Amino acid sequence: MAGMTDAQLSEMNQEERAEALGMTSEQLTGRSLFMEFDPDAEDRFVYPWAPDVDFNRRAEIDTDEMSTTEVNAKMRELMEAGHGTIVVKNPRGKHSLGVGILNKLNLIYEGSLGYFAVGLIDGPNVRINGRVGWSCGENMMSGTVVIEKNAGSTFGAAIRGGDLVCRGSVGSRTGIDMKGGTIIVGGDTGALSGFMMQRGRMIVCGNAGKNLGDSMYDGTIYVGGEIRSLGVDAVEAELTELDRAWLTRKLTQYELMPENGVDHFTKIVAGKQLWNYDNLEPNEKKLIL
Amino acid sequence: MCGIAGLIHKGKSSNVGGEMTSMLQALKHRGPDSTGFAVYGEPSEGDYIMRAIVAEREDIDKGHGILDQIKSRIDEVEKRLEEHGATVKTKDNSTPYALRYVLSHDGDTEAMARHIEEIDGVEILSLGNGLELIKDLGDAGDVAELYGLDEFAGTHAIGHTRMATESDVDIRSAHPYWAFPYNDVSVVHNGQITNYWIMRRQMERKGHRFQSNCDSELLAVYTADNLNNGISLETSLKRSIEEIDGVFTYLVATKDQLGMAKDTMAAKPLVLYESDDLIAMASEEVAIRAILPEEIDTYDPYDEEVRVWQA
Repeated sequence: MAGMTDAQLSEMNQEERAEALGMTSEQLTGRSLFMEFDPDAEDRFVYPWAPDVDFNRRAEIDTDEMSTTEVNAKMRELMEAGHGTIVVKNPRGKHSLGVGILNKLNLIYEGSLGYFAVGLIDGPNVRINGRVGWSCGENMMSGTVVIEKNAGSTFGAAIRGGDLVCRGSVGSRTGIDMKGGTIIVGGDTGALSGFMMQRGRMIVCGNAGKNLGDSMYDGTIYVGGEIRSLGVDAVEAELTELDRAWLTRKLTQYELMPENGVDHFTKIVAGKQLWNYDNLEPNEKKLIL
Repeated sequence: MCGIAGLIHKGKSSNVGGEMTSMLQALKHRGPDSTGFAVYGEPSEGDYIMRAIVAEREDIDKGHGILDQIKSRIDEVEKRLEEHGATVKTKDNSTPYALRYVLSHDGDTEAMARHIEEIDGVEILSLGNGLELIKDLGDAGDVAELYGLDEFAGTHAIGHTRMATESDVDIRSAHPYWAFPYNDVSVVHNGQITNYWIMRRQMERKGHRFQSNCDSELLAVYTADNLNNGISLETSLKRSIEEIDGVFTYLVATKDQLGMAKDTMAAKPLVLYESDDLIAMASEEVAIRAILPEEIDTYDPYDEEVRVWQA
């Protein structure tokens, strides 16, 4: 990109411009772009206001008598002071704990969380020794979140990056509108999982509810158990050696590797028959009351 | 958005009034308009407990004459109780507009209830051997204190914190709903029912009465209709998922059972905790933690899931 002028960029087609700007056009779809990781360009991956924390500096917060706002403010205060490992005790189902953390951090919850746990995060490694409510990890951009028990519905909604792992079972609409990253479920998932999924991958070691992958644009879903039904435009695809290698690596990493391996997993992708946006909407049916 | 909660102790009695108050107070953020309780004490065969309101709370502020009207309504209620052969054993009123009667009665309770509800401004909230249904404006703490619920002993209870979305903020539109005229059956609901008017007309053609325009009342009436026809609670819950459109999670309590049903989309939340002696459920885990602060295992029921537990 060095030395590239605006005039030169304007003369390029989209693919050439993306490449010149350090991005790569995805040939598979032609519809999305992603930035390749460059270890020499670390500044691009760190927010300028992110506190410089030390993983060896550990702090604990007992949240029993604290509100969500107080807990989140206290965590920011500790990170500003350089603490890189924070243990949150007695969360007792509080909502929105640990949202919007945009720096590296080891965050450990000793208990269960409510709605929107660790949503909008970009960087921290989180371990939740309990259960989470709806919308855990919503819109997370990077980092790792591991939940030891079950999770509620809309788990990993609109996730853009990172690994979001639930060792137990999750509710409905898991990975709805996901745009990247990886969701891993050790148990079962409910109805409409992967609904309107656009990118990323989801692994469900157990069973999947009805309408799996409904209206998905892209991305891949792997299911180890039974699928109650596929959603509109979701189709089964062949499990390749690359898929097997990736599944083995990911499941081994999170100690969720089934005893019988990964050969039995079913791979679901978009049929891409819903991609025609040029058709007119059908006439609205007149309701006869 | 509303909050619902339920709990049932297996084979023992507990302070379900205090427990449900704690659970609903934790759900206050889901609905600050009104709070309601359906608590089930030890059933006393032969005796009936009737909870009724003879005015809305806002009526009290309307000025002169309401207290006289209330007095005449109460007199008329007691006159009709006597006409139907009911003997008032005890009578309490926590507020000027809310009454609690313990009755001795061996006649037709449905005919009695219908006759009493013909009185203008009078609504029976509940009638049964064990059920006591209390609902009023304000949060759980306010309502529990007003009606002395903090020490209510019983086996099970359901409750509701309401955010009014499609009908008024008044006691009439608050949950739970009694499944009139079916004794000891109550319902709480979180969601929207989209074929409400079609189903309501069906129920009205069968002779069922509606006291409000709240869609949740339909579930109570629908349940009553099924139970009246000899259908089990579990079958009624399963059938409702096919026949009622919309997004909903609702709980039904009977004299000795507690049931739940979730719609086909699982669009409304419910978190469940089960142990050998206690089952607790609520829209959010924070409500269960209000009575079980220790670390526990909970899960979300899936779409179309129906469960029934025995006290």
